Amino acid sequence: MLLHTVNKSPFDRNSLENCLRFAQKGHSILLFEDGIYGALTGTRFETLLKGALKSYNIYVLVPDIQARGMRTENVIDGIKSTDYAGFVDLVAENKTVQAWL
Amino acid sequence: MKFAILVNEGPYQHQASDSAYQFTQAALKKGHEIFRVFFYHDGVNNASRLTVPPQDDRHIVNRWSELAKAHNLDLVVCIAAAQRRGMLDENEAKRNGKDANNIAEGFRISGLGQLIEAGIQSERLVVFGD
Repeated sequence: MLLHTVNKSPFDRNSLENCLRFAQKGHSILLFEDGIYGALTGTRFETLLKGALKSYNIYVLVPDIQARGMRTENVIDGIKSTDYAGFVDLVAENKTVQAWL
Repeated sequence: MKFAILVNEGPYQHQASDSAYQFTQAALKKGHEIFRVFFYHDGVNNASRLTVPPQDDRHIVNRWSELAKAHNLDLVVCIAAAQRRGMLDENEAKRNGKDANNIAEGFRISGLGQLIEAGIQSERLVVFGD
């Protein structure tokens, strides 16, 4: 399986949308750095992410949510919280890591 | 498991070097091996010994040097990217007729082949950048 990493906000770049266009069913996606903004409720990307959850395992890096003063309570239901140790595990579990820079 | 890390962004810009550092530290803590950390493009600026951040800020360069010392890490700076940006070790300074060098302890300057080798020798290549 494949792990995709997205580190930019969907309001800034189109890397999250590109990632979702190319990812295949069952792949995992990690949102970190400014990418965490894609994991929050109440934005115009919420519907996109909720749809994506049907096909992919989506993770968000909690330290990067906290560093930005965002709240983990506002993470879209179904997106899994993780930390750096979890990030390492995701990399180890997946055969390839694709960074959408 | 054997990991290789690629850092494509300079320090104090966005977060690439910080994320790469946190990831490397977490991987080592879990008993994984870091085959090499390769600094490419503006990432070479992570190796400047002359970096002087404010005292209450993290010292990104020293932090890498210390981690390298503690875990015997191979921190490699791309030579072509480094020369363009004025990043030189003692040998390169001499070879190019420069009066100083600025590479921090624990880093070494080498070619892009080191990235290819890291990709081949490691089981995972994790990329951090802009």
